[in-house]
Parts: sequence; structure tokens; C-alpha cells
Amino acid sequence: MRNTPRPSPALLRGLTQARYSRRATLKLTGLSAAALALAGCGVQGQQQQPQDSTDFWADKQSNGKLRFANWPLYMDSDRTQLTRFTEATGVTVDYEESVQDNPSWFGQIQPILANGGDIGADLMVMTNGLELAKLIALGYLAPLDPAQLPNFAEYAGEIYKKTAYDPGNTFTVPYASGMTGIAYDPERTGRTLTSIADLWDPAFEGRVGMMADPQEIANFGLLYNGIDPADSTPDDWRTAAESLKQQRDDKIVRAYYSQDYIQPLTNGDVWATMAWSGDIYQQNAAEGTNLEFFIPEEGATLWTDNMMIPSTAKNPVDALMMMDFLYDPEVAASLAEYITFVPPVPDAQNVLRDKAGTLDGDEQAALEELAASPLVFPTDADYAKLHNYVSLPAGEEEEFTSIFLAITQA
Amino acid sequence: MARERTTATPYLLAMPGWIWLAAFFVVPIIGMLWMSLMTGNIVTGFQPTFNFGVYPQVIATYWEQILRSLAYGLCATLLCIAIGYPLAFWIAFHGGRNKATYLLLLLLPFFVSQILRTISWKFLLADNGVILGTLKSAGLLPDGAHVLSTSTAVVFGLAYTFLPFMVLPIYAVLERVDHRIVEAAHDLYASRIQAFVRVVLPLSLPGLFAGVLLVFVPSSADYVNASVLGGTHNTMIGNIIQSQYLVNNAYPVASAITFVLMAILLVGIFSYAKALGTEQVMEVQAK
Repeated sequence: MRNTPRPSPALLRGLTQARYSRRATLKLTGLSAAALALAGCGVQGQQQQPQDSTDFWADKQSNGKLRFANWPLYMDSDRTQLTRFTEATGVTVDYEESVQDNPSWFGQIQPILANGGDIGADLMVMTNGLELAKLIALGYLAPLDPAQLPNFAEYAGEIYKKTAYDPGNTFTVPYASGMTGIAYDPERTGRTLTSIADLWDPAFEGRVGMMADPQEIANFGLLYNGIDPADSTPDDWRTAAESLKQQRDDKIVRAYYSQDYIQPLTNGDVWATMAWSGDIYQQNAAEGTNLEFFIPEEGATLWTDNMMIPSTAKNPVDALMMMDFLYDPEVAASLAEYITFVPPVPDAQNVLRDKAGTLDGDEQAALEELAASPLVFPTDADYAKLHNYVSLPAGEEEEFTSIFLAITQA
Repeated sequence: MARERTTATPYLLAMPGWIWLAAFFVVPIIGMLWMSLMTGNIVTGFQPTFNFGVYPQVIATYWEQILRSLAYGLCATLLCIAIGYPLAFWIAFHGGRNKATYLLLLLLPFFVSQILRTISWKFLLADNGVILGTLKSAGLLPDGAHVLSTSTAVVFGLAYTFLPFMVLPIYAVLERVDHRIVEAAHDLYASRIQAFVRVVLPLSLPGLFAGVLLVFVPSSADYVNASVLGGTHNTMIGNIIQSQYLVNNAYPVASAITFVLMAILLVGIFSYAKALGTEQVMEVQAK
């Protein structure tokens, strides 16, 4: 530093350019000490006390409004079911398509819930998986009151009442389910595909799409090795990762997709890809494409998107009413008609068949096709081939995720 | 007294800047440094254990992605110079009355979100899309050729995203070059090329320096282009930070990678500044 600082260009320059004197260094150290004090000694475990269902609902009542956070394209653009809900109950609904994928939604709401804050939604939809398991473990979800869910009790399919991730539906009820299987364009592959092993076929070099989600890709790696994902151990994960790595390094995989695999599949960038059942049904129905979707011989996974109420919800009673309303078979059928994923209400199939009977021409054919489709109403044989996701205790899930992120993020 | 006041004034004027920097950069960065030394998980919490081992661990695990990010950033920067310098030169010396319009045109893409612009490249460059499809049916490209999911696509995407950050600072210095100096060079029998190499180019170096910084730093840390346009071996370090933070909730690992990246970039920038001389650069900023 010069001895006589003046407001000269040189000094102005000094303001934009760090010059380290001993004094400045000391100041900087002081500041760091302050910040350390601010940061405290550690980051608290963010677990909250689990709440008792009776206590939670004791002082709650309907407020006549509801904020619903769902995934894009998970309800028609007229929001038919919401209108019917408002007609039936008088509760107005503020519906937002704010859930894009589980990890980023979890990343968004977790810090708010950790502080007991309102996340801006009373009802939200998340897939069974690591994030949902974390939400439950952290105590961020309101315990449901079965007494207020009569439709669920009466109409929900049996397998949706005894899920591995939330036995007894303590915190969640399903919104829709789907299968992660394989979709391909038969014109480009030139043959019929039947197994996961087909995705390792060197003939499809650079033409196979895999999913970027650590759990989805892990499931396929595990099933390829004949391991049931739900019972898998860390050693199994490494075996699966080894196969997936080989598939990648043999240049068979073109890219790892988060949810944008449909476009590459339809325009021929990839010939075969991991896919979600409803997406392919929708694509074929809407665009007239001839993509094939199948459940591979080795098996596939059944995932479920679930409705749940954050413990800090402002309108939990209205959220509960909505959950139950969506289990009315008529409503469930109308929802399935649009989203073409598997409804958790088996009776919806009969409702759709009956409705098809009252129509004629193309509309009748479309509805009959939907009601008969194994992509929307899987048969018992299909269900037998479907596996659950692995559920992991906190701490182990980081190892799991790391193993598979190393595959997709090379 | 009067002398002291004049001494203090510029510091006082810079005060809001310092407070801003302290509140939104220094404090969080120290918090993050602290975070990087913790161990634990999100459910049970993170405890400070001074786990310095995380640094060698992340370097050993992610050196490939770090080097790749730097290489991509460098390629994108060179590409930006190759495209941006002539562009800035042309606007500054031959833009005439329409300079403002050309600059607006350059900035116009910024009115559309970066994600959308990147995704539209995906559409344009599809294997059988408007560009590749046409070239293939004309027999100019083999059937299997593709651009998407390759490092080429990622580098071009980065260069496209950050091009204006190269053009604007170069334009700013070139615009101020006194035409009479160039004329004087010609009077002294300099050819057009000599006048450019020995007069205009040295005068524009500060702009180029700033442009390189503005393009290289954000493009090395970018994650959008790699995730939208990249394939299996194109992951950049930004993608790793994003997924370690949001998908894996491994906050210490994410913080440690951030620091490693920042350290590498800072060392690089300082040696670059040393080599080129900071004086000129700061003069440009002061003007």
C-alpha cells in the first residue's frame, strides 16, 4: 500500500483489485471466525417427532380451499376432476404442476419443512422411493386418518393397501402407478425384443437409452443379473453397476435420460429405451406411432406416485377430502382416461367398459382399447413379474446412490 | 480534515458493494467450507469432524470430470474468440449507424430462457432432424452420424450460450479505439494486417482478457449443456455438484467439489492475469 492514498484512479483501482496486506489478512481472519460462530458447531439432525394421528386431526377443520402440487400432465388441462370436487364439496382448489422430479422437489421442500415452514402445498404427489422414505423418516408427513378415507377403504386395490414403502397407508395413498419396462421402435430394431438383456445387444450400439434416475437404472442392472431389487444388498449393487458400466463402455448406451426419452425414441436417435408404461400408451394414442412396450422376461418394477400431506399443511382436512374423492371409481376412471397410467382403483376398468358401451365409433374403440390395455390394467400374470423398489435406511441410501450416479455421470 | 474526508469517500461509496459481497459471498462460502469438513447424513444430521480426507477423496473420484470441464470451458472460450472477435470488430468498425441494432440482435436470444434455447438445439440437431436429416438424405453424411450426445454438441452449446459475454467487452474496447491512430499507422506505411496486429489488437487485449474470464469461468461450471446435449461420457463437474447436492444430499461432498473447482479456477485466473498483466484489465473496468 502506498503511504498517501488519494482518490486517484490508482485508488479506485485498488477497490476493485484485492491487495493483501497483513492487516487485511487479519481482518479476513476475524470475519471467518465470525462466520464460524454463525455456522455453529454442526448441522442438526433434521428429524422431527412423529405425530400421532388422533392428536394431529383433533383441532383441524375444512377451510374451503386446497393447494395441490402435482406432476405435469397428471390431470387434463380442463382439470375436470377438480371442478367435480369443487361442485361436490365447495372446496376450491389451487392446482400447480410444480413437481418435476423427486430429488429436486425434495431438495426444494426439505429445508422449509426442516424449519416447520409452509411449503405452499397441502397435498403433493411423490413416487415411492428414496425421497419419500426420507420424508417419512424425517417425520415431515401428516399421519392420515383412515376414518376420513371411506372410498379408499372400499375401492382401493388390495396391493395398494399393503405396499412395502408405507404399510397400512400411514402417510400416503396412491395416485397412480406405472411400470418401468422397455419401449422400442420395431421398425428400427428389426426384431422383437423380450428381455432386459436385449439392451446389452451390441447390434444396438449407440441406440439404447437408459434412465438417469439412480433407482430406475439400478433396478434394471439388478434384474439383468437376476437379483430382486427389493432384497438387494450392497454387493448386488456393485454387481449391477459392473454390468451397467460395461454396457456404457461398450458404447451401447446413447444417453441417460431423466424424462425426455420419448422424443429421441420417436425420431430415431435411440431404438430401444427404458420407459414408463403410460408415456408409451399416450404417445401411441396421441401421435399414432407404433412403439412397443413390454415387461421384460427378467421382470420390471412397479412404482407408485402417492398423495401425501406435509405436516405443515394449512388445509389438511381439505387435502384428505381430495384424497378420498379421487378413490370414487367414476372419478378414478375419468382420471385414468387422461393420464393412461395404472389407477389404484380396479373398478375403474368396469366403469370404462360401461362408458364405452354408451358410446359409438372411434370414441368407443378408444375407450375399449384403454380398458383392455395391460399397460393401464395389468393382468395378474403381469403383476407377478413386477418387483418393488429397494427400501433403504438413511445412511445406506447414500452408498446406493453414489454407486449408480457413477454410472450415469461418467 | 478535508484530506481525510477525501480519503474516506471512495471507501464509503464502495461500502454497499462490500456489504453485499460479505453477506452473499464471504459468509456463505465460509459456511460451505465448514460444511465440507463434516460427516453424516441428512436424516441424522452432519457433525463437524474436520474430515479433510474428503478433499483427496473427491479429487480422486472426480478428476476426470474436473479436467473435462476445464477442457470444455477452454474449447468453448477459443470458439467464442474465433466467432466473437471478428463479430465485435465488424460491429465496432463497420457497424455504422446500426451498431445499436446489431448489439440488440446479439442480445436478443437472452430474452428466451437458456434451457429453452438449449433444448431447441436438441431439436435442430436430432439424428434425423432438419440439419442432419437433410445432410444424410443428400448423401453428405453417413447414416449413423450424430452430433447430439457427443462432446462436440456440449462445446458448441457452451460457446453458443456464452458468446455475447465475449463479444460485448471486446466491442467496448474496440469501439473506443481512435481511428486516427489507425490512420497514423497507415501513414507510417503499415499494411492493414500490420496495423491490426501492432495497433488494434494490443489495444483490444483488455477486452479480450475480460471476455475470456466471462466465458471461461461460467462455461467450466455449467451443467445445463452437458445434461441436455451430452451423452454418456460428457458429464461436467457442475452436473456432479448438482446431483451430489440435490439427488444424493451429500452436502459435504458437494461443498468439497465446489471448493476444489473454485481453487482451480482462481489459480488459473491469477496465473493468467499475471501473464497478461492486470493493469490494463482494471483500466478497462475503471472506464
